[in-house]
This record gives sequence, structure tokens and C-alpha cells, in this order.
Amino acid sequence: MSTFKAIQALVLSGMAAWALAACAPTASTQRLGLGQAPSAEQVRAWDIDVRADGAGLPPGRGSVAQGEAIYRTRCLACHGDKGEKGTAPRLAGGQGTLASKAPVLTVGSYWPYATTLYDYIHRAMPLDSPQSLTPDEVYAVTAYTLHLNGILRTDAVLDAASLPKIAMPNRDGFRPVLK
Amino acid sequence: MDFDRPDADSPMPYPPLPQSPRRRSFLARGAVASLAAAGAPAVAAGADKLPPNVPPHIPQWMREPGAGFLQPPYGLPSPFEKAVVRKLPDQPAAFPTATRTPLQSLFGSTTPNGLFFERHHAGVPTIDPAQHRLMLHGLVERPLLLSMKDLLRFPAVSRSHFIECSGNSMAEFKAPGKGSVQDIHGLLSGAEWTGVRLADVLEEAGLLPSARWILAEGADAAAMTRSIPLAKALDDALLAYGQNGEMLRPEQGYPLRLLLPGYEGNMNIKWLRRLKVGDLPFQTREETAKYTDLMPDGSARQFTFLMGAKSVITTPSARQVLDGQGFREISGLAWSGHGRIARVEVSLDGGRRWQVAALDGPVQRRALTRFRFPWVWSGQEAILQSRAVDDAGNVQPTRAELVGRDGQNSVYHYNAIQSWKVASNGEVTNVHV
Repeated sequence: MSTFKAIQALVLSGMAAWALAACAPTASTQRLGLGQAPSAEQVRAWDIDVRADGAGLPPGRGSVAQGEAIYRTRCLACHGDKGEKGTAPRLAGGQGTLASKAPVLTVGSYWPYATTLYDYIHRAMPLDSPQSLTPDEVYAVTAYTLHLNGILRTDAVLDAASLPKIAMPNRDGFRPVLK
Repeated sequence: MDFDRPDADSPMPYPPLPQSPRRRSFLARGAVASLAAAGAPAVAAGADKLPPNVPPHIPQWMREPGAGFLQPPYGLPSPFEKAVVRKLPDQPAAFPTATRTPLQSLFGSTTPNGLFFERHHAGVPTIDPAQHRLMLHGLVERPLLLSMKDLLRFPAVSRSHFIECSGNSMAEFKAPGKGSVQDIHGLLSGAEWTGVRLADVLEEAGLLPSARWILAEGADAAAMTRSIPLAKALDDALLAYGQNGEMLRPEQGYPLRLLLPGYEGNMNIKWLRRLKVGDLPFQTREETAKYTDLMPDGSARQFTFLMGAKSVITTPSARQVLDGQGFREISGLAWSGHGRIARVEVSLDGGRRWQVAALDGPVQRRALTRFRFPWVWSGQEAILQSRAVDDAGNVQPTRAELVGRDGQNSVYHYNAIQSWKVASNGEVTNVHV
């Protein structure tokens, strides 16, 4: 483990402790009794986030090939051919440029977690109809985007078990500052 | 606002009323009398060339009653202030970006709601407050679903705080921008916010011992999300529904937004619909792919929450022209995410000599602070700068110090000292010294 990685591991393990530091214990007050308890169905429908460890990923699966077909109809108009020449943020390429004078920040060159792709595509894409893709479609578009970056092979298939295991090229590129 | 230049395009604010012939002749006699009696040659000689509503003339708007109550019933600024507006991107953006506050035209430390800068990630939603819900769940004893009516029943507080986009002034990392202070630093505004302490709402739900982070999620089409450290949530975070005494504007998160005083703008999640308490940060796109600070070595700083100590002179500022030598007041804004502004210093010579500016009080924590400095311009070239120091001891860096530390690949958290060059002809421009 490099010194940088060791420091990073230390910082990450301390992150939970830090987040609570400086909290003065609040005086116990009486509950106001405001609001309602949401039903399990209400929570399930709105609880859409996917964490870096994969918590929150739904059942389903999608392949690179399926993703390419969806990409052509739902994503290409803004993100361009192969995720490189669109009006929307560039998705692919740029690996090895981060320390250069013209860094290119993409999923492949910059994003530390593959799970974030699932979370973001589902919640915010396509721009004109967010939350419209099925879990299978989101897995597929995620797989294709990773394939465009040379991270997945042409025959790859993604699901809740395999997505969190993907090693992103810039996984160790972030230093939490926490202030 | 430009009082000096007559603006041919400015509409009359109210339609002129017809004058009675008797009143007109009285006015004419008055004018003749005042001309005859005038002993001061400068006035008498120029009176007929002066604009019709300055002395010795009786202003037209005094010669008949004004309009009745104005329409619409929600009042608007004077038509003469039509140029004081938020600035949209120069070219129509393919995707929603930002509008900027006209800092050069504003007074004090409160931004009017219609001029508060905007940044949104998938447009401004139109939300029916009767159907808006805030869901609070995750590592809590009692998950809660709160309506706006519920939230309005909680104890409320009102506090003044600034919000600054972390990408404010980003172009200055590379080169001096050619625009106005609005173009360069206009992703900054301040308001008095009213809402519920997030700590009170968390208390109502009951935090479980493992709670450390809170995911905040918007009800916009981006379902904008950021992870908030619990320490901040329990310190001074608000669930705000009020801004400068009225409900939030749609572009500011109507009917509910998170307010994290001093934190970078995007974390103040607008249209807040969900808070999920967890034990780790959620690593959303906005805190990994975006809003992280790329350093020269290719690594990136993550979770850089607080906006640094910063100030900018707004009068005079770029694209303005000084209309002559003599006295004028230098004025600007200072702010820091770390706390209160302790001191602002002004330099007239590019940072060689510094003098302490006066601060308008009360100086509030994590709020815009107006500073003032008297100046007699001799007509010589000058480089005007301001430097903020906060009560945590943070000193606003020079551009050389900031770029030396963070390089030029980062686009966030630019808080370097701004230099305005005043040329001998009075023109003010943005320079890097």
C-alpha cells in the first residue's frame, strides 16, 4: 500500500467519526408530534439512491449490447457518438490527462465509483424524462458507458452483484478534505 | 442604475396628466420671474438649457397627482431601474446553467429576491406546496413524512446568510475576465432566511447511534443530491421556506430548501423532498464527478464544503468609468463560510499598502458584510483591491498564492483578491497583478 493510499484509508475510516465530531449533545426535548409515518410503499418508491458499496441497487441486469441500443435512441443526441462528441458532458476518454494542462474529466478518467453511474442515470437521465428507464435499461446503459471507457468487455453483463465490484481507474484519485 | 447618463429609452414611469391652462400660465410667469431675479449668471444663463425637471424648473411630477395604486399589486422596481437584472448566459445554453446577481447595482448586504443568483441542474420545477412532501428516513427511530403545513408548525428562526456557488469566479483561475463584477463574481447573493432548524426535525425523528451522514435530495428533474455531514446538520442547518420575508421564489427552491450556512451553493439542496440518514457519504455524482477540486498532481480534493474568506469591491468595478477626480466612496462585499468577517482592508496601489475599511453592522456569521472606504481620486492610475480576514483567522489569498496552491485546473473555490485597475481616463478594468 502506497503512503497516499494508506493516508486515504485512514481518512476514509475516520470519516464517519469526523462527521459527528463537534456535535454538542442536544438537550433532550419533548417530541412535537408533527408529521406522519410514511408507509413502507411510500419509502420504497422514493428511496432511489445507490451507495458506493452497492446498497440500494435493485434486482435486474443489462448487457453492453443492450446498452448500446438504448444509448443510440436515448443518449446519443446529447452525448454524441461513443460518448465523446456531444453537447452534454463527455462520457468517455481522457484517461491519463488529469495532471496535464488540459485535463479531460469523464466517467473513465475521473469517476471513482461505477455505482454512481447507476444512481445518476436512473435519477437524472435522460434529461427529458428522468426516472423513466427500467432497472434492466439502467444496468445496460451503465455497462455500455463503462465499455466505451475500456472498463468492460463487449460481452459483459451487469447486475447488483457485479456493478459494485468494478475497479474504476481513478478510484484512488480523491482526497477527502471534510471542511 | 446610472444617474448621470440620460437614457432616451427609459419609459416615463407614469403617463403625464393633462395640465390646466391656468396652471401652465402661472408656471410660465414663475419662470420669467425667477429668471429676472436671478443674480447668479451661471444659473440664469443655463436655465433654458437645463433638463425640464431640475431647478429652477418645477418638476413635471409635482404639477399633478401621481398615478393611483400601481399594478400589479406585487410591486415592481421603478422603470428607470430596468437594467438592474440578473444576467443570463451570453449564449443560450444547451443545458440549464446559471444567472448572475448585479452586484455593482446593489446596496447593503441583502440581495432582493428577484435578483438572487440562480443555479439549477435540470430547470426550475413548478411545485404545488399542498402536494410537496419531505421524507425523513434511514437511520432514525421514527421515519417522518412532513407536509409544508407540518413544517410551518415547527419553531422557526430567521437568519441572514450568503450563498455562493463554488464555481463563482472560476474563469479567474485562467485569465482576467473582461466582463463586469456581475459577470465575474455574480454567483453570490445574501438573504434573510426563515425556516426550521434541521436539528429540531432530526430530534423529532430520533437519530440512531450509527447516524453520521445525511443524503439531501431535491424534487427537481435532476433529483439533485449531496451528502451532508451530521455535524453540520446539527449545528446551523435550516430547512428554509422563507427568504427576505416572503416564501422562497421558485428558482430558489419553492417551497422548501436546505440551507447550510457557509457551505458551497450546490449543497443547499433546493426543492428538498428527502433526507436519508446514513453512516457513510453516499458518493453521489455531484460530490465525485462534479464539485471536486482537481489539483495540479491529478488528484482531487473531495468534500471541500466551506467557502473561503473573500471580498470584492463592487463600486467602482470593471466596466464602470469614473466621471472625474475627487471624492467617492469605495464599497464592496466581504464574506466567509468559516464565520464572521473580522476585518476588510483596502489597497489603492495593487497591494503594497493596506488600510482598514469600515464595516456596516451588525456583522453576522456566514453573511454578506458591506465595507466602505473613503477615497479621493487624483486622476492617476490606481489598482484597487480588498482583502477579507475572518474571525477564524483566514486571510483572503492573493491570486498568486491561490494558483500556487491549487493550480489552474480547478474550477471551484476561487477566492483570491480581486484587482480593479483605474486608468487615468477613469476606465475600470479587471487585471491580474
